[in-house]
Amino acid sequence: MLTIKSMDSYYGESRVIEGLNLDIPDGKIVSLIGRNGVGKSTTLKSIMGLVKTSPTTSLLFNGKEISKLPSYERVRMGIGYVPQGRDIFQQMTVQENWELGLQPLGGKGNIPDYIFDLFPILPKFAKRRGGDLSGGQQQQLAIARALVQNPKILILDEPTEGIQPSIIQDIGRAIRKINEWKGITILLVEQYLDFVMENSHYVNIMEKGNIIFHDQTSLCNKAEVQKLMTN
Amino acid sequence: MEQAVNILFNGLSLSSIILLTSLGLAITFGVMRVINMAHGEFVMIGAYTTYVVQQVFTQFLPSAIGSLYYFVSIFAAFGVAFLLGSLLEKFVISRLYGREIDSLLATWGISLILQQAARSIFGTQGVNVNAPSFLSGGISFGDCTFSYNRVFIILLVSLCMVAVWFVMYKSNFGRQMRAVMQNRPMAQCMGINSRRVDNLTFAMGSGFAGVAGCSVALLGSIDSTVGQSYIVNSFMAVVLGGVGNLIGTVIGSGIIGISSIFTENYTSSTIAKAVVLLIVIVFLQKRPQGLFVIKSRNLD
Repeated sequence: MLTIKSMDSYYGESRVIEGLNLDIPDGKIVSLIGRNGVGKSTTLKSIMGLVKTSPTTSLLFNGKEISKLPSYERVRMGIGYVPQGRDIFQQMTVQENWELGLQPLGGKGNIPDYIFDLFPILPKFAKRRGGDLSGGQQQQLAIARALVQNPKILILDEPTEGIQPSIIQDIGRAIRKINEWKGITILLVEQYLDFVMENSHYVNIMEKGNIIFHDQTSLCNKAEVQKLMTN
Repeated sequence: MEQAVNILFNGLSLSSIILLTSLGLAITFGVMRVINMAHGEFVMIGAYTTYVVQQVFTQFLPSAIGSLYYFVSIFAAFGVAFLLGSLLEKFVISRLYGREIDSLLATWGISLILQQAARSIFGTQGVNVNAPSFLSGGISFGDCTFSYNRVFIILLVSLCMVAVWFVMYKSNFGRQMRAVMQNRPMAQCMGINSRRVDNLTFAMGSGFAGVAGCSVALLGSIDSTVGQSYIVNSFMAVVLGGVGNLIGTVIGSGIIGISSIFTENYTSSTIAKAVVLLIVIVFLQKRPQGLFVIKSRNLD
């Protein structure tokens, strides 16, 4: 689905990621974990084209090279993105926010019903401003908005950050359902290990801009992964 | 009494022109963080376009339909300013995003170039547009006279405001525009081509400045500095109203326009400029963020 080859990413002049390789297989939920500041979010931003990458970087999405394309074209090809902090459009209504997901399809079309099956609270807030929702509601709205785009891969940056435990459960369930029902590939960045072990097929541990461990979640020992993360 | 009504009416017509020039500034200065010193020259371009359209009509068309030139010129002024604005954004402004001071210098240079171009083409003498016949005269209520051309300007600006509101809040392009204004990277991640949105937004702001030029042409002679006299007021209106806010811009323009005419009525136009500037300075001491601030629940 998505193959990252020898990726270098920069913030201004400083190189944050050097020679990263990562393969995200079709139809799976793949996690990327690691401590603060190891470059997880930067990896996602590089995939979206929001961070500068070196000319030698290769990003293959379904066999097509996307590393030179602007962000909006990557999105139109089927990459849905839910950033850290959600980035809901605060001054727009909740409905306008999810309808923005129709932009890659030309601004017109229908919202698939399954999205409101996943997040039944959203229609109740349709006329409220996005900025008035709580953190958990904004997270659900951000995922719904990305799903409206009908993506082939969904990229989630710390969806559990700052969210109460009961909603975290809902979000975990929603992620698995999205994967099972629609076969959407998911790339998940997280710090919350239990959430990762419970909800993903593969786990990758990142350290100083590189992958130091990779395995199927079902074959992993949680204590071992914990140790690798904190080392 | 009639004096008060006249002040209010003239203030309102000045406010409407300021408002029309402020619209583009509110967007470029308030949202794109680009200080466009050349914005006033789009008012000039609109005014000269009106003049050119009138010349073409009087030369090539029978005088019976002469007055219709003005309607054509409104669209022509918008179109010419829109196109030139689009070009300016593409070749200059787009390289200056996030560099406020650089943008100020570069656009000031463009402003000088455009003024000189106007002098080279139309001469240093001001040219006059004959107000179309249906706009001469006025309507009287008691002792108050409302000149038709000022009534027309107020109506024209109201119509433009409705158009802007419609584009911003009812069209798909407006939705893209608001998304880009609020959060550019996320808007791109919603599949919006933000470069195209920037370009069209800037062009639209320039286009409305062109329409403002079209109405300025009704009020006096046109020369290369015609935009300068309005642009200062417009910048003040934008800052006063609170950046990136339509209602703020409307009210800011109202305050600037009416207080300017009011002071001018009792003193002179020079004192009026000083008084308006004083009002803005005192106001911004008390409320540096402007009249209206966009509030929201901040999660980060």
